[in-house]
Parts: sequence; structure tokens; C-alpha cells
Amino acid sequence: MQTENLVLGAYIVAAVLFVLALAGLSKHERAREGNNFGIIGMVIALAATVWLSLSRAADPLVTIALIVVALLIGAAIGLWRARVVEMTQMPELVAMLHSFVGLAAVLVGYTSHLEMADHGSGDTVHAVEIFLGIFIGAVTFTGSIVAYLKLSAKMKSAPLMLPARHWLNLVAVLVSVGLMFWYVSSLSVVPLALMTVISLAFGWHLVASIGGGDMPVVVSMLNSYSGWAAAAAGFMLSNDLLIVTGALVGASGAILSYIMCRAMNRSFISVIAGGFGQEIAISADTDYGEHREITAEGAADLLKQARSVVITPGYGMAVAQAQYPVAELTKKLRDKGVKVRFGIHPVAGRLPGHMNVLLAEAKVPYDIVLEMDEINDDLADTDVVLVIGANDTVNPAAMDDPTSPIAGMPVLRVWEAHDVIVFKRSMAVGYAGVQNPLFFRENTQMLFGDAKERVEDIVRAL
Amino acid sequence: MRIGVPREIQAGERRVAATPTTVARLIKLGYDVAVERRAGSLASFSDEAFAAAGAEVVDSVWDADIILKINAPTPAEVEKMHSGQLLASLLSPALNPELVESLRAQGVTALAMDAVPRISRAQSLDVLSSMANIGGYRAVLEAAHEFGSFFTGQVTAAGKVPPAKVLVIGAGVAGLAAIGTAGSLGAIVRAFDSRPEVAEQVESMGAEFLRIDVEQEVSADGYAKETGEDFNRKAAELYAEQAKDVDIIITTALIPGRPAPRLITEEMVASMKPGSVIVDMAAGSGGNVAGSVAGERVVSENGVVILGYTDLAGRLPTQASQLYGTNLVNLLTLITPGKDGQVLLDLEDVVQRGMTVTKDGETLWPPPPVQVSAAPAAAAAVVSPAASAAPEKSSPTRKYVGMVLAGLVLLAVSAFSPPTFLGHLTVFILACIVGFYVISNVSHALHTPLMAETNAISGIILVGGILQLGSEDPVIRAIAFAATLVASINIFGGFAVTGRMLQMFRKG
Repeated sequence: MQTENLVLGAYIVAAVLFVLALAGLSKHERAREGNNFGIIGMVIALAATVWLSLSRAADPLVTIALIVVALLIGAAIGLWRARVVEMTQMPELVAMLHSFVGLAAVLVGYTSHLEMADHGSGDTVHAVEIFLGIFIGAVTFTGSIVAYLKLSAKMKSAPLMLPARHWLNLVAVLVSVGLMFWYVSSLSVVPLALMTVISLAFGWHLVASIGGGDMPVVVSMLNSYSGWAAAAAGFMLSNDLLIVTGALVGASGAILSYIMCRAMNRSFISVIAGGFGQEIAISADTDYGEHREITAEGAADLLKQARSVVITPGYGMAVAQAQYPVAELTKKLRDKGVKVRFGIHPVAGRLPGHMNVLLAEAKVPYDIVLEMDEINDDLADTDVVLVIGANDTVNPAAMDDPTSPIAGMPVLRVWEAHDVIVFKRSMAVGYAGVQNPLFFRENTQMLFGDAKERVEDIVRAL
Repeated sequence: MRIGVPREIQAGERRVAATPTTVARLIKLGYDVAVERRAGSLASFSDEAFAAAGAEVVDSVWDADIILKINAPTPAEVEKMHSGQLLASLLSPALNPELVESLRAQGVTALAMDAVPRISRAQSLDVLSSMANIGGYRAVLEAAHEFGSFFTGQVTAAGKVPPAKVLVIGAGVAGLAAIGTAGSLGAIVRAFDSRPEVAEQVESMGAEFLRIDVEQEVSADGYAKETGEDFNRKAAELYAEQAKDVDIIITTALIPGRPAPRLITEEMVASMKPGSVIVDMAAGSGGNVAGSVAGERVVSENGVVILGYTDLAGRLPTQASQLYGTNLVNLLTLITPGKDGQVLLDLEDVVQRGMTVTKDGETLWPPPPVQVSAAPAAAAAVVSPAASAAPEKSSPTRKYVGMVLAGLVLLAVSAFSPPTFLGHLTVFILACIVGFYVISNVSHALHTPLMAETNAISGIILVGGILQLGSEDPVIRAIAFAATLVASINIFGGFAVTGRMLQMFRKG
């Protein structure tokens, strides 16, 4: 009893430390401290759990050996991945880590089931907890794998459009509910296994039918699911620490998804239902006039004369790995006394906050990296805006054209600046499939080619 | 093609449809520009300035391919026009069917500058907005000129001066300009409009928005509509009450294509203090105020000055010409896609369609309606899946019903659950709420580290694995081992990568 109480006390401390860890991330200055709180909380929780497990174990020596081996292997893999990952590949890593939580939830669910079966008894509530835990875990698992494959371009990022896909999803959920009643009444492994297969397929299909540009939402949604999966495991094991942590993570992912959806002016349902960018090829043949091109030297001349420059990066900057030359350009311009700032749209990149991490990696100071709302009103007083690999997030059609598919989406009003230089590989449309009237504006000039090379050209010309 | 800018011949008109600045921009679009001699003299633009900007100064411009004017052409001017010619000017097509007919008969393609659809894209060519803006400003100055006191309140050695109270009726562009001007002179400004959605704009200009207690409709096309009887009665009560209190009333209420509504009655005028001023900006189309005369200054029996000037914008001829001319340049930019001096009128475009009154001997007035506020209408159209996300304000009743339902479901669940489960549920719900408030504060720039961090701590699921590793059943052990391993990747990987990212963030 003594042990149990001490362990519970340790869990409370760990839970508080986790809350502090997340709270610390609200400010750059306190973020590292927050991460340390998280690590300490985790160490406390682990130590307490290991102790509890050993005190209960039938064969403590084997148990501790297994724990140490599992942790060592896990630590080796985890630390290795964390060390080698490119910052541009953060979304993939995050998605992969989500899938692990999902997998672990499924596995814990099955062990709980087996334990219950061994004891030969079980109450309804516990059975429902196991069932739900496995369901959420399985959906998270395959969903995250698909997200990982799409983000790492090992799978086509276009949405998979099965006929009657909404019905498929609905049927999957309904059948799972049916199986839950079967499971609760029989406690047999058969409905559990059937449901696992269905939920794995359901998770796969759910994410496969969402297009690449909605990935910020999908990744945060999966983040949320992984939290709920952990919380469900907590219910199964009657473990409050798991419940608290799971709920924290679940809430965190849900809020991030909500922020992303709001930034795209879309409802959560419409993102999850998928298939964005399909029905709307209408605006393609409108004549927008002609675009004008500029050379890297011309761009350098414009920048030399500018007093204030704003750079709005998008996913294209990450793809081209252009963050280092961009940082160098920033440094050069700042040394010349030009006021350089960055404007980040909330959905730029494939992960919430992705651009900030990339710029930080390239040593761009975070106090000149501003959010859309902070910079939008200043754009009118800006001499030159460099649009690097962004498209839909700077599309004036979102404000001007009520029939546009992205109408009402908040965008960076770059066109109000005196000059706009758009870095782009070609005149192809952006993710939303909408042509961007910005490219045809009188104060806009296009600089075609690989963003990284072009920025390097400008740096040289300076 | 050649653009002709005639001298405005309407009495009292001081504006001109082009200025040296806009002439230069028209020439850039590939046009030749001819300006009638002394066309800009009343707006302080000399013939020499036009010539210096590249225009040809001539005696008659009516043979040009395009005529840019301010006021609608007189019958004599229409006579001088020829088939195939393009005319852009104010036309009031809804009020002037004879003029439209004569233009059609003449074969003129006529664009009404006062029929620009009110959509964001077309704002740059909307002369009603640009002129109303000037008019609203001037209306306040005219009122101040007539008014016998300060606008701003002062405390002086010679006694206290109360601030003037100004009521602005109709918070369109003119109304808002009037509010801003009166406010900056120091007056206490109140405003009223039949469209409840403008309250925010009014308040943002620093005025008080007066409300009446009637259900009001949100305007779909950006213009005010005629209002219901109940509304009118309540509004009249409001005006009557305000008239006794305020010193200056500025009315700007116009309904497109109809006579202006009568808002201020004789009794209300009679109830005002002597020396009060009313500016009726709608005097030209019937008048909002009883007793106002278009173009005239009238003094009521009790000494209230009623100004019915219709040329308020024209009283700032230099600025008005410049803005009107810029609107015209924007129009020509729109209809000259090639920038080669060749007009290409695209009737598929709602803006160009909306303005085109006659073309090739056909009357195209009135145009099909244009939807302005995207939110509710676009959701109905199949075109745009995005618009379905239009902000949907859930009514408070629905919210409370939802909360009650959720509460009942929770009660039902609790009734059938063991107490331990309820304890966990309490923890779960409270943790969700804590999570919600904690995460809401996280700055956007740190969202990626946040995700990595949550990834790491959701690896806590390994607690489940570790606890089950103590089991005797080898199958359970094997599965639990796998779970522990996978979750520990998360923990170590998550914390390490978060730490790595946070190291990179640095201040400049």
C-alpha cells in the first residue's frame, strides 16, 4: 500500500511537471525550461512506474531486464532519429512519432484484454475502455503512417477519392459500434480483432483522402488522436497520470487543428471529409493578363534601394531548402541597414509553426519573424516583399473574389507593398488549385527557378 | 484609340474628368488623350499642365473614340456623339430612362460610373465612394461655416464652451467621412443607419451608434434597402428625440434607383434649437429633410439653416477631379487588358457588366444582381466548398441546449458506471480544460516544438507497457515489451528533438 501511495504521489508531481512543460512553451524565453520540466516529469514517472512494476512482478529480475532492454533500444532509435532529422523533415518525424503512440495504445489494449481474459472476469466499463482504446490507437497508427508516407513523398499527396467515401467511413464506424456490443457481451477476442482490422483500414482511408496541403491540420489532428489514445489507455489501466497526459495532448492537438482550420477559413469537418481542391477547376481559364519577370540582379537592385523588406516564406522554401541562403540574404540586408522582417501565415508549411523552425535553424532571430496579424498592417509601408515558395497564403482572390474556393481565408496582403517579387518554379497553381491574381499585378515581378539558387544569385549580386 | 475629356458645362460644376496625373497614366495604357480647352481651369488644372502631361488641348473632343465625363451628357452633347463611341460618366440610368434611350439610339456604348457593383475588387473604380467621401467631409465644413459656435468643447477664461452635438444619419461612405470629420473637429458625434452591420464601422470612427429595438436585416448588396413600417416608426421616434438635442444633423440616406426617404419632418426641424444646421446630402434626389431645396440654403421659421447643396464634392474641385480621374484610369485599366490602347469590354465580368448601360444599340440596363457579401450567399452556391466554412454564429439557445444535453448524457453514463470510472472521468475532464487553457497561450512560432513535446509526453503510454511487463503470461510480456519499446522511441526522440529545436531559436 505504501508503494502504491508513493507512486501515485510521484504521478501527481509528474502530471504537474507536464502541465508546466506545455505552459513553458508559450514563450521563447521559457521554452527550454519547459522542455526540461517535461524531461524531469518523465524521469519521475518512469522511475515510479518501474518501481511499481517490480514490486508487483512475479519475476522482478526478468522484468527489469526486459524494461532496460526495451528502453535502451527505444532510446537508441529515438535519439538517433532526433539527431539526424533535417528540420525540413520535422513533419515526417512528428507523424511517425504519432504512429508509435497509436501502436503502443493498440498493444497496451491487447495486453489489457489478455489480462482480463486471464482473470476470467471483467466488467462492462473496462471492456468498453479496452475496445475504444484499441480503436483510437489503430486509427492513429495507420492514419499517422499514411501522413508520414504522404509527407515524405513516398505516397502521392493528392487525395484518394473512393466512390462513396463518406459512406465507407460511416459504415466502418457503425460496424465498429456493433462489434463493441458483441465484444462487451462475449469478451471474445474475435470482435476485437475484427474491429482492429476495420479501424486500421478506417485510419488509412481517413488520411489517404485528405490532400497534401491540409497536412498541417491532419498532423495536429493525429497529435490530438494520439493523446486520446493515451487517455483511453489510462482508463483501461486505471492510471490517472496517463489520463491527464493523454487529455493534455489531446486538447493540445485539438486546439492546433482548430487554429489551422481557422487560418484556412475552413471547418474541421470539411478538412477531415477531404477532397479539397477537386470540384473547383473553374477559375482556371480566366484571363488575368500578363505576368512580368525580373532577374536576380534586378531583384538585388530593388533590395539595395529598399528601406524595409518583408519575406513571406511558404512550403516551397522548405522544399528547395532555401532557408540558409534566405538567412544569409537577411543578414546582408540587415547589415546594410535595411529593415528585414518575416511574415508567417499560420498554415505555411506542412506543420504548424514549421517555417519558424526552419528559419530558426538557419539562425534567423525569432524577434523579426512575425505572425500574419502582426505584419499585415505594415505591408502597405513596405518597399519590397519577397514571396518565397508561398502561393495560396498570399492570394488576393481570397479577399476580392467571393466565388474563389479560398474566399474568406485570411491572407498576407503582400500586394499592398510597393514591389513584390515572387519566387516560383513555374506559373503552376498552388495547392488549392486556384490561379493567383497576385502574379499579374502591376507591382509584382516573377523570379522563376529553384528558390535556393535564385536567392543565392541575389546574395551574390548584392 | 483616342480619349476625349470635354469641359463640364453643367452650371456650378467645377470638376473635370481628368487631371495631368491621370492623363499620364492613360497615355501609359496606350491611349491618345485630348482635353478640351479650359476644361480644368475651375479645378486649378491649366491647359499647359495638361499639355505637359502629354495631352492634346483642343477645342472639341466629341469626335474621340472614348469620352470621359463627370456629369451625364445633355441632349445637345448626346447629339454630338457617334455610333461606336464609348462614354464613361455618371448616368443614373435608373432615374434617366430617356437619356439611356437616346444613348442607345445614338449607338453609344455607355458605362455608368455610378453603377459600379459594390464588390471589393471594384472599389478602385467606384466614384460614388470617392465622391461621397469628399461630400461627407465638405458637408461638415459647410455646417461648421453656418454654425455659430465651436465644434469642440473648451474651458476658457471667458467661460465654458460646450461641444457641438452632431447626428449623422446613414453611415455609408459619405456618412462615415462626415463622422470622421466632425469627430476630428471635436464634436460629439452620433450616427444611425438602417443596416445594423455598420455599427462597428461607426464605432471605429469614434461615434456613438444609435440603435432601435427592431429586427433588422443584414444588407446583401452593400446598399440600404427600403425599410419596414415598424422600423420606420421607431426610427422616426429616434430622430424626433435626437432633433431636440443635437446642433447639427447631416443626412446621407439614399436608396439606389428611388427617391430619397423623408427622414426629418417639419415638426422635427421646428423642435431644433435656433441656429442649428441641417445638411441634406440627399437633396438632389428628393431630400431626406422636409423643406430642403436642392442646391439652396434655406432658413426655417425657427432659425434652423437647411443646406441642400448638391455639389458638395464639386466644392473641392481639385481633389474631386483627381479621385474621379483615378477611378476612370482604374476603369480603363480594367477594360484595356492588353495595355495597348484598345478597349475590350468583357460582359462576363460582373463589374463591367454592371456598369454597361447600352452597347451596340442595345439597352443592357438593369444588370443581373451581384452578390456582395460573400459569406451567406456563397455557401448556398455549389461552387465553393470553402465558403461553407463561413462563420456560423451559433445562437445562445442552441449553445445552452447543447450544454444541457451533454450534462444529461453525462448523468446517464454516470448512473451505470462504477465510482472508480467516475473518478477517472473527473480527472480526464479537468485535464482537458487545463490543456485547453495552457495550449491556447502557446505562440504560433512554437507550434512545431509543442507538437514534438506533446509527442514525447504522450510516450507516457509506456507506463502501461512497463506495468504489464511484470505479468506471468509470456504473450502479455511480449506484447508489453513491444509497446514499451515503441513508446520509449517517442519519449527519447520527442524530448531530444524538442531540445534541439529550442536550441536554435535565438533573439537578434
